[in-house]
Order: sequence, then C-alpha cells, then structure tokens
Amino acid sequence: MSIGLLHYLILSAGVLCCGLFVMMTKRNAIGILIGIELVLNSVNINFIAFDRYRAGGGMDGQIAALFVIVLAAAEAAVAVAICMNLYKNINTIDVDRGDALHG
Amino acid sequence: MIEQRQTKNSFLIVGLVLAACASSASAQYPTPENRPARAAESELNAEESVVTSTVAPNSAVEAALFYLFGGTLLVSALGVCVTKSVVRMATWLFGALGAAAVLYFLMGAAFLGAIQLIVYAGGTLILIVFGVMLTSKSPWVRFDCPRIEMWAAGGVVGVLFVALTTLLIGTQWPTLSAAAHPATIAEFGKELLTTYLVPFEVGSVLLLVVMIGAAHLARQEN
Amino acid sequence: MTQLSVPWRPRAKQQHGPMAALVAGFAKALYATFAPLVRAFPGPLLIGAIVTVIVGVWANYLVFEFVDTALVAADTNVVAETGLFGGLLAITEVRAGLIAAGVPGAGTLCYLLYPLQYGLVRDVIGAGGLLGFISVIPLYVIWWERKVAGRIQSRTGPMRVGGWHGWSQSMADGIKLICKEDLCPADADRPLFKLAPYLAFVPAILAFFALPFGTYWVFREVDVALVFILAMLGIEVLGVILAGWASNNKWSVYGAMREACQMVSYEIPMGMALLIPIMAVGTLSLTELGDTQSGGWTSWIVFRNPFTFVAAIAYYIASLANCKRAPFDLPESESELVAGFHTEYSGFRWSLFFFGEYAAMFVVSGLCVILFFGAWYSPLPMSLAESWGLGDSLIARAIKGLLFAGPLWFVGKCVFLLYVQIWIRWTLPRIRIDQVLYACIQVLLPLMMVVLMGHTLYELFVPTHGLVWSIFNIILSLIGAVAVLGMIFIATYGFWNRVGLVGSLGVETLPGS
Repeated sequence: MSIGLLHYLILSAGVLCCGLFVMMTKRNAIGILIGIELVLNSVNINFIAFDRYRAGGGMDGQIAALFVIVLAAAEAAVAVAICMNLYKNINTIDVDRGDALHG
Repeated sequence: MIEQRQTKNSFLIVGLVLAACASSASAQYPTPENRPARAAESELNAEESVVTSTVAPNSAVEAALFYLFGGTLLVSALGVCVTKSVVRMATWLFGALGAAAVLYFLMGAAFLGAIQLIVYAGGTLILIVFGVMLTSKSPWVRFDCPRIEMWAAGGVVGVLFVALTTLLIGTQWPTLSAAAHPATIAEFGKELLTTYLVPFEVGSVLLLVVMIGAAHLARQEN
Repeated sequence: MTQLSVPWRPRAKQQHGPMAALVAGFAKALYATFAPLVRAFPGPLLIGAIVTVIVGVWANYLVFEFVDTALVAADTNVVAETGLFGGLLAITEVRAGLIAAGVPGAGTLCYLLYPLQYGLVRDVIGAGGLLGFISVIPLYVIWWERKVAGRIQSRTGPMRVGGWHGWSQSMADGIKLICKEDLCPADADRPLFKLAPYLAFVPAILAFFALPFGTYWVFREVDVALVFILAMLGIEVLGVILAGWASNNKWSVYGAMREACQMVSYEIPMGMALLIPIMAVGTLSLTELGDTQSGGWTSWIVFRNPFTFVAAIAYYIASLANCKRAPFDLPESESELVAGFHTEYSGFRWSLFFFGEYAAMFVVSGLCVILFFGAWYSPLPMSLAESWGLGDSLIARAIKGLLFAGPLWFVGKCVFLLYVQIWIRWTLPRIRIDQVLYACIQVLLPLMMVVLMGHTLYELFVPTHGLVWSIFNIILSLIGAVAVLGMIFIATYGFWNRVGLVGSLGVETLPGS
C-alpha cells in the first residue's frame, strides 16, 4: 500500500490533538510549553507533506516549516524565561496560582 | 636485552609500513573533475532523500518506515499526554521530535530533518529540561488538574480528532506528485535569499529581539 | 545466618539474568584463552591485529569495487547496486562477468560475490566494520590517555595486563565493568536512569555513520552531514542531562545543569567556526569539503587566510567544551561534585558514558580534520602523485595511499588531535563555571563574529590566487608547520632523553631513583 498525503495528514491530526490535550490538562507551565511544541510539530508535518505531494516544483512548504522551527525556538526561549520569572515571583510554576490579576 | 628491544622495534616498523600500504584504497584520486563513476550514480540517486537514499517512493519499504516512525510519533505524543513528571514528558517529547525528523527525511526534506534535530532536540529540549531544573523544588512535585477537567479535555480533543479525520478522509486530495522532488540545500538557500528574503530578515530580527528579551526577563534583580 | 543490623535497607541477593551470565562467561572464556598467548607474544600480536583489521577493511573495499566494475562489465549498462532488496543480476550473469574479467575460480567466487550487489548486505558489512572501529577506538584511547597521564605525572601508567605496556588493560576493565552490579538508587527516576546512558551513547555512534574516512570511505553520503553530526552531538548532551536529573542526587543535578548551560553556550561559537569553511567551499557535504584540500598542506583550509586560522583554533576550544573535556570538564569535576552526572552509575551503564564521550571526542576531532586540516590528504600535493604516473595497479595504490591520501591519514590526524586533547587535560587546571561562560560569551562569541565578518569580506574582495592571498597563505602555512614540527620535536626529545618532569622543572633523573 502506498503512502499518500492523507496518511501524513491523519498522523498530524493525531499529534495535534495530543498537543491540545497536553495544553488543556497540564498545570505546570513547562508542561504547557511541551504541548505547544507538539502542536507546532504537527503543523510542520502538514507543511512538509503538502510540499512533498503537491504538483510542480518549489519548496514553499519546507521554507514555511523552517520558519515555524525558528519561531518555536524563539518562543521556547521566551517561555522558559517567563517561567523562571513566575517562579521568582510566586515561588511555583503552577499556572493556576498565577492569578494575581484575576480580581 | 638490547637485541630484544631491537626486535620489538623492527616488528613495530614492519607492522606500521604494512598497515600503511594496506589502508591505501582510494581508487582514482578524486579531483572534482575526476569522480566519474560514483558521480553518475549519485545523480541517479539525487531524487531520493538522504538517510533513506535507497527507499524508492511508493515502495513497501517506505510504507514500513512510515508506519514504524509514524507509530513511534503517535505513541510518544500519547506518552506526553499521560505522563505526570515534566522531565519524563520532555523525554517522550524527544521521542516524538526524533520520529518526526525521520518522517521529514522520508519525505525528502533532509535539511529540515537535520535542523529539527539540532534545534529542537539539541536546543529547545535542553532548554526545557534546564527550565525544569531551575524551577522545581523536588522531583516529586506534581500539579494535578481535576479529574473532571481531564475528562472534559479528553472529550473535546476526541471530538476534534474524529471531526478532523472524517473531514480529511472525505476530501478529495490531489495525488499529483508521487515522487519527492529533489530539495538540495543550494536550492533551499537560494530560495531563502531571493523569494523569501523579507521573512528571512524579519526572522533574524525576531531572534535578536528574543535574545535580548529573554536575557532581560531572566536577569537577576539588583 | 544472622541478619546484621545495617543502616541501609537489606536486599535479596541479586540473581544475574541468563544474558548477563552468558556475556560475562563469554568474556572470561575469551580472556582465559587469549591471555597466555598474549603474554607470550605481546608486540607481534598487537601489530598483527592492527594489520589484519586494516587489510580486512581494504579487502572488503576492493571486493565492493570489483563487484561494481565486474558486474557493470557483464554487458548491462546499469550500476549493479540497485537497492536494499532488489539485485539486478542472476548468478549466471555474475559468473559470465567474472569469466569475462579473467578471474580464476569464477565458478565458486560468483556465489560469494552475488549477495554483494544487494544494498542491504553491503550495509550490514559496512555497519559491522564501523561498529568494530567504534568499539576499538575508545578502548585504545582510554589506554593511551592513561599512559600519557602517567608519563606527564612521572609514572608509567598501566604496565601489566597483556604484557607490552599494558595494552589490553582497557579490555580487562571492560570485562570487570560488565561483571559489576548494575545499581540504581532507591529514589532515582528508574526508567530515565536506565535510559539516559543509551541516549548519551547511541547518538555518538550514529554520528559515525555520516563521517567520511576517505573520499569513498563513508557509510552514508549525506549532503547535510555536517548538520547531522552536530545534531547528534547535541542529543548526546541530552542523555547526560537526563542522567544527572534522574539520579536524584544534588551533585548529579549540579553536573547536569553545568553541562546544559555550557553546551547551549558553546554550540554558538562552534557553529560559527564551522560556518567559515562552509562559506569558503560552498557545500555542507563533508566529502566535498575534504576533497577541495587535495593540493598539499598549503591548500588546507586552516591556512587559507588569517580568519580561518583563528576559526580552527576557536573550533578546537569549543569542541573541547562540547565533549566536556578538561579544562571544561565541569559536569564531572571530581574534586567538587564527586563525579558529577555519573556519580550514581556503575558497571555497564557507567562505561556507556565513557564510550560515548570518547566516540564524541573522535567525531569532533574528525570534523576538525575534515574542515580545517586537509581531511584524508597528506601534506604532499596530489598533483605530485599524478606527475609520477603511477597508474592504477595494486602496488601503485598502496604507494599513493601511504604517501598521499587515504583513511590512514585521516585516522592518524584524528589520533594526533585526540592526543592534544589528552595532553591539555593533564596539563591545564579546570576553570570555574563563571570563567567558562565568560570565555564563551564575552571572548569567543565576539571574536567569532569579527572572524565571520572578516572572512566574508576577505573571500569577497581578495582574489584567491593573487599576491596577498599567497603571502598570507605561505606565512600561515609556515607557522602551522613550525608549530607541529616543534611539538613533535619536543615530544621526541623528551621521550628519548627520558626527561622526568617534576613540578615545572625538567630534570634528568628522578629524585631518589
């Protein structure tokens, strides 16, 4: 059986759902960051699969995926810095405790 | 005593000379013009991806590799969902990222696969584990969420997955290009510096801003 | 039997699994068989083993090449190697090809050569050879390190096991380590603790699969080989960090944290230093990078211009930090952190960390050699070999391989750089963590930025064959040659005259001897 675009798309849908689940259920700020990384990876799989199975040449999909990777790295750096700040201020990285602006 | 020493030395010399002769295998000495046979061969293989350079498109090997690493990816993603400890989650994430990189190789995007490994696994993941080490008071600290929320999240995500899958299966996807088109790094770089020059530059400015911002956020208070 | 009261939790006597017993029994039997032989003929056996390995690898290569040419000659115009599973030729065609090539014994030989047209068979043979090499290199580098350390400290190092200068000491240590108990602390994160050594070990091996030893001597020709190898070195660090965290021991966590921040910082100057040869040559493929340096030692990239010269030195420093060698061995600094990230490890898992570390040392040295120091070419220019008109016979190839190019030159240069790493480790003191980060972020990084800019401008505006180019090229080449020859001269002088080093003074005889 030959592998087509659909296979990759379903796979990436599965990874996306796992990432969303992680983002919804984890209370640890770094856990949420891990969920975001999963979601971004599923996006990348989609980009590259479309690039591979699309008609004609060009590599728009791969370049989009490259930018996603760059953004993910940048986002992780800032997020870890924010986590450390959160820890410094409220002495935990439980996101439910960071509710000072809740009113 | 001296004689013995000399025999040892002569053994050494004879052995080294033999070894040197034996290790001389380059067939023709390859100046860039002088690499004919293998060059032709590599042109034959140029359309295929790198690590899986012997995997023909639409072959059983490709299918097997897809199911193996796609399965690894899904299992690792599920592992991230069910694990409580953050460092274990990061380890599962490493499995997912590695499997995704292999899938990129399989799809002919070798450069992206390598970049994925170096940026995610070599950089981001280390940063995450480092963040855990700096912010956790003990390895057993867990922040659990209420069981009801787990079920709700599971329900929402399950519905989303079913909806996405039905949508995907129901759509007519074009299957025009079955063979991976070659993506050499030279082409990739040229594209990046011509068509996508503006996003590329914006990306580098963004990285600079992020570097300064992260350093500012994480600095010690005076 | 009475139970003694001990402060720790008593445990049932550990039963070894059948696999462990098998491995240990095999190792012991091997040692019992070979130890008397080794004791009788130490030197010849060692040299014989080295020669056999090299001749075996060479023969293997010749067979592959022969299969290619002979099978292509068998009136098919396709290359014989077609894929993992698909061979093109039948046995009869192979036999016809062999007879056409005038090979004696074609009737039986064809059955031996037939499987070699399958990619899978070749891969298995190649991977086997590579794994053999990877397991031998750490054994002998560890032995060599102990000898060098001994000499530097006016000792002799291992002298007994195996007879000739303790050359099988590492194998004996390996057997001991396999037989030792595999401890796991009660409060450790068990699965991660068990997994971490493999994460530190496997990537270092995977890096070898893209590392060329010669023009055709590479397991997989990867056109992003350089990025791939860097990625593998990065993943190795992840294993170290997980080991430190999973041990649940404060010293280990300190070691892991130091490793993390050291690695993340030093990857940047290292990557920038690696960009410089890439910019000069214009490819990421290690084979092509190596092949551009075939014109003798003045064509090596390190002597190309002043900026590449600085970049080579900066890369070497960053690579020391990258494989956590002294003076950057803070993750395992034994004087302050017990043993850092591997404090809690024992036996086989402990040895995996060391296999990984020494394999990574070889890989970073290999990158340095390929990118800066002329890859697998000798200091003599290849054009000289062509002017001799040696032809393509077996003897001519042997002469070319001895004098001009070949895996032996590559391995030799790598071993020399490994020796420099060892030498630095046993002569320089370890620096503090803030000094490590200062050296990276405030010294190496700005330096590399300047070098990168300078190199770009140089490549753009200075013609590569003009007067300026040759002046710089010749001056730098002479500096390099004087440095290497001086090093070798000092080392030989000290060796032959038995200069014992006490403190910082060279004395002719040791006090009290």
